Amino acid sequence: MRTVLDVRDVTKVYGHGDTGVRALDGVSLEVARGEYLAVMGPSGSGKSTLMNILGCLDLPTTGTYLLDGVDVGSLSDEQLTLARNRLIGFVFQAFNLIPRTSAVANVELPLAYSGMKAAERRRRAMFSLDLVGLADRAEHEPDQLSGGQQQRVAVARALVTEPAVLLADEPTGNLDSHAGEEVLSVFDDLNAAGHTIVIITHEDEVGARADRLVKLFDGRVISDSRQEPAGRHAASGALK
Amino acid sequence: MNLTEIARFALRGIGANKLRSTLTMLGILIGVAAVTLLVAVGNGSARTVAARIEALGADTLTVMSTRHGAGGLTMKVAEALDDPAVAPGVRSVSPVVSTPATLTHEGAEHRIASFVGTTPSWFAASNFPVESGAAFTADDEAQARRVVVIGQTVAEELFSGADPVGRQVTAGGALFTVTGVLREKSSSGAQGSNDIAVAPISAVRQVLAGYGPLSSILVETAGPSTVGAVQSEISTILDRRLEPGAYRVQNAAQLLETQTESAGAFTTVLGAVAAISLLVGGIGITNIMLVTVTERTREIGIRKALGAPRRVILTQFLIEATLLSVIGGGLGVAAAVLGSRFPIVGVQPVIVPSSVALALGVSVLIGLFFGGLPAARAARLRPIDALRYE
Ligand SMILES: Nc1ncnc2c1ncn2[C@@H]1O[C@H](COP(=O)(O)OP(=O)(O)O)[C@@H](O)[C@H]1O
Ligand SMILES: [Mg+2]
Repeated sequence: MRTVLDVRDVTKVYGHGDTGVRALDGVSLEVARGEYLAVMGPSGSGKSTLMNILGCLDLPTTGTYLLDGVDVGSLSDEQLTLARNRLIGFVFQAFNLIPRTSAVANVELPLAYSGMKAAERRRRAMFSLDLVGLADRAEHEPDQLSGGQQQRVAVARALVTEPAVLLADEPTGNLDSHAGEEVLSVFDDLNAAGHTIVIITHEDEVGARADRLVKLFDGRVISDSRQEPAGRHAASGALK
Repeated sequence: MNLTEIARFALRGIGANKLRSTLTMLGILIGVAAVTLLVAVGNGSARTVAARIEALGADTLTVMSTRHGAGGLTMKVAEALDDPAVAPGVRSVSPVVSTPATLTHEGAEHRIASFVGTTPSWFAASNFPVESGAAFTADDEAQARRVVVIGQTVAEELFSGADPVGRQVTAGGALFTVTGVLREKSSSGAQGSNDIAVAPISAVRQVLAGYGPLSSILVETAGPSTVGAVQSEISTILDRRLEPGAYRVQNAAQLLETQTESAGAFTTVLGAVAAISLLVGGIGITNIMLVTVTERTREIGIRKALGAPRRVILTQFLIEATLLSVIGGGLGVAAAVLGSRFPIVGVQPVIVPSSVALALGVSVLIGLFFGGLPAARAARLRPIDALRYE
């Protein structure tokens, strides 16, 4: 299987000298195409820091990170922007939709920045919204949608560019269990359709749905194991 | 991404933040309108004064008291100036009292700024002949008859088309018979010069002005070339009767100069007041922009995380800021143009194009600077820092 994400001995230090916080302390990790990986660990263990580096939102202090075979550290600002746009779909805990902007316009954004024509953009955005079951809410603005629906719009936006990997940082952290289930079942379906997914969580049930589980503690990987996924969305087999 | 596409994003941004957009535009609108209109008022008053003085003509001199109220200018002084031995260049001398008054005729009422009391020589000296009817005579003046010659504006306001000659108007509780109407003076946009009534000085002092000092003395010379000589001749006479420095003799050109100077100072003061309002508007805009920086910075973080190039973000936010300030400024100019069609505190404003350019320029700069600066800063942040911005 081809490797999509390849993290080699990465450290991340916030601040300088004595007051510096070593958020990542020599993390190595490879993720193959089509994998469904969950990252777990206590609060402050460096999960978000790792995720931001994986998503090219931040750069490691030392170590290398290869995204789809390319060393991210060697990229210019412009090329990083391009990488974020083409290769990565990011889902945040806080949804991060653009306020007072319709769902479909939000989903179109990454395509607009990649220079796609308006008609094609709209078609793909609608397709993507349909995937998360929100085609009928396309014209709704974020504050007219429930938390679960907003997060599903964010998922639609993350996958509309058909990225190499979908990264989700505690996507259900701000949702109740029912809304969380809505979002997670979308992930199940997407993985069943072949998407690579990395999800951060501190809930055991969420971690159990993945087929690989990485545990972080104090900025280090303390376990990395394959597992038989449990509790996945029942219909997931149907897409295969 | 092409420019029209980015402009569409900018428009959507303006529409998505209606309150902020409206307040920003309002701030700029008020600033621009205030500057333009106040400068126009100053300019308008300067023009009116200049037009009145120009209308006097180049061959007259005006003697004025330099002390307000307590004046040395009396009828005796005026008579003394008419001295062929000492001042041969003097053709005529007209003492002038001027007072505001309200004229009424059969229910119609009209207020004028200057009800002039003088002698018959005034009509020729001030270059203001009678068009219909007749001027009052020296005999009318001697008998203090209540007769009056009115300007075109007064005739229209009170008689609306009918012939006023022979009719009566009331001023200061006394009836005046209209003997004539002055010829219209169309002096460069001045509204005031036809808004006048002229009556014998004896009658005006009796009824309206009282027996205080004269407002001025109008001296007609033999021609423009003799003005300089006559000026020193009458100064000799005045020096004998008045304290030195108690009076001032000016010809039309000099009058124009002093009046233009003081009108210029007036315009400057108005402009300064207006500039302060523009500044306050600018601070308001800045305040609104700063309050929304947190929200906008997060938004920029989201856009960057989705792969928006810095250039696109900057362009979008600059277009937003430019549109807001240009629309606000344009509406401000429109408001000022509309406002300048009506007289303000008795002055017809005349818009100065350079003040429009200045006000627009400053407001657009404020909008661009304070709208663009936070955006430029945020666009330079790493996406993660922009997202975390509090
Ligand atoms: N921007 C930052 N500046 C300084 N320290 C930070 C910053 N972000 C995270 N940290 C620190 O790095 C450590 C790891 O944080 P994080 O990756 O957010 O943990 P997690 O997501 O697992 O809760 C924590 O100790 C946190 O305080
Ligand atoms: Mg976290």
